[in-house]
Amino acid sequence: MNNIQKEVPVKERSRNQIIEITNLKKSFANNAVLNGVDLKLFEGENLVVLGKSGSGKSVLIKCIVGLLKFDDGTINVYDKNLASLNRKELDLMREKIGFLFQSGALYDSMTVKQNMEFPLRRLRKNLTTSEIDAKVLEVLENVGLADALNKMPSELSGGMRKRISLARTIVVDPLIILYDEPTTGLDPVTSDEISSLINEVQKKYKTSSIIITHDIKCAQHTANRVIMLHQGKVYLEGSLDLFEKSDDKLIKSFFN
Amino acid sequence: MKKIIPDIKAIPSIRNARKQAIKLSEKTLEKTLLANSFFTDFANVLLFIARIFKETFTRDFEFKEFFRQCFQIGYKTLPLISITGTIMGLVLTIQSRPVLVSFGAVTMLPGMVAVSLIREMGPVITALICAGKIGSGMGAELGSMKVTEQIEAMEVSSTNPMRYLVVTRVLAATLMIPLLVLYADALGMLGSYLGANLKGDVTFTLFFSQAFSHVQFIDFNPAIIKSFFFGAVIGLVGCYKGYTAGRGTESVGKAANSAVVLASLLIIIVDMVAVQITDMLIS
Repeated sequence: MNNIQKEVPVKERSRNQIIEITNLKKSFANNAVLNGVDLKLFEGENLVVLGKSGSGKSVLIKCIVGLLKFDDGTINVYDKNLASLNRKELDLMREKIGFLFQSGALYDSMTVKQNMEFPLRRLRKNLTTSEIDAKVLEVLENVGLADALNKMPSELSGGMRKRISLARTIVVDPLIILYDEPTTGLDPVTSDEISSLINEVQKKYKTSSIIITHDIKCAQHTANRVIMLHQGKVYLEGSLDLFEKSDDKLIKSFFN
Repeated sequence: MKKIIPDIKAIPSIRNARKQAIKLSEKTLEKTLLANSFFTDFANVLLFIARIFKETFTRDFEFKEFFRQCFQIGYKTLPLISITGTIMGLVLTIQSRPVLVSFGAVTMLPGMVAVSLIREMGPVITALICAGKIGSGMGAELGSMKVTEQIEAMEVSSTNPMRYLVVTRVLAATLMIPLLVLYADALGMLGSYLGANLKGDVTFTLFFSQAFSHVQFIDFNPAIIKSFFFGAVIGLVGCYKGYTAGRGTESVGKAANSAVVLASLLIIIVDMVAVQITDMLIS
């Protein structure tokens, strides 16, 4: 299929657009990973980005948060062009964006509590110690792991690590959350729990999210809108229904 | 008239010359790439050092992490340095004693051990031990942090990982190694006193008054100055190898291993340069 299909519902077009990506290109040596990606994230939605391994999904969200410099195109977050921001402005922008890493990325040398406090102390400098403690406990209770407060990351299971990692992401009240393969490496039951947690976070904290995954169950559970990346471009964009009813071979191979 | 064009491929000497030319161009390309990679690595090291300097003198210095690293590098290395320092003095005394006895110069023993320890053995052995313990630790820790995306997570939390992880470690190593060297020197002298009493009988006061009568302040200065450089080398190499580690878990092992090897080699080289400079300045 060479033509890119797009189906953006009318009600979404009228909503606030918080991330707008135009013609994004990123190469590593001679390998073009992103080759002109266009994408929009609307306020309050869960946008699922599907694609095979190596299709540039993780690279895309790392570009959004400024972890990778892109070669060409524009990324606007809250109408601010990411490429024009200096280090300080980028840090301010990052305060609005939470990032859940594929591996969890919990700091091995710190306890769960210290892991949670780390971003809080740096991004919310006006909070007192008792306010920080209360916030940490509240968020840990929300992910159902308040009793893991003094544990080390090495003492946690894969699912617990993902939950704590999600708690660390939401503890600073981000407006946007970028999920990098949130259910990879987890058993089906834990995957469902994480998917439910993503929905709960969206409702409770009123966040907008981009969820990178190749787990269709997670996509079905969380998606308000879906984009598929293939060969560095948006292959298909639309509702989950559109994907499920598609006759396209590549899409069918994902959904069957 | 029809021209006769000779078939070049049929002539053996030309065919050989063509093969040789291809071989030569391949080798040239290989060497160019090797040189290119060397210069790229060298430039990366210089950029890394420049970034450390820049981040050291910017605001928001990470004091808490710096003191934590001082504790890790200094205090937690004390048991290892205690054992090696004591054994260093003890062995040096036991080995040197028979030679000095045969020359009737056994009274020179404390002074000789003191000068050897303070000038050379204390700084170099301590630095090599620390390269093994601290350098490999830094390489492995930062390498695994990179592999498990912890460094990126730090960056997303508006924390400069260079300032938080690298600057604190390099500065802590630079400040702690000279202190560890002084500690190793002191314990080395105690070990030497023990060694002297294994075969002979010498009082504590006599031993140390004899030792310090041969030591001058000028013996300490170059040793302490070069210890700062040893510390900087250990910190820089450990952090550079860890921070620039590859993506796989294999690269963590490689980072730790190459940090020890390179730091040890650089310590020996820095020592050689320091000895030459000291010799030039003193003479």
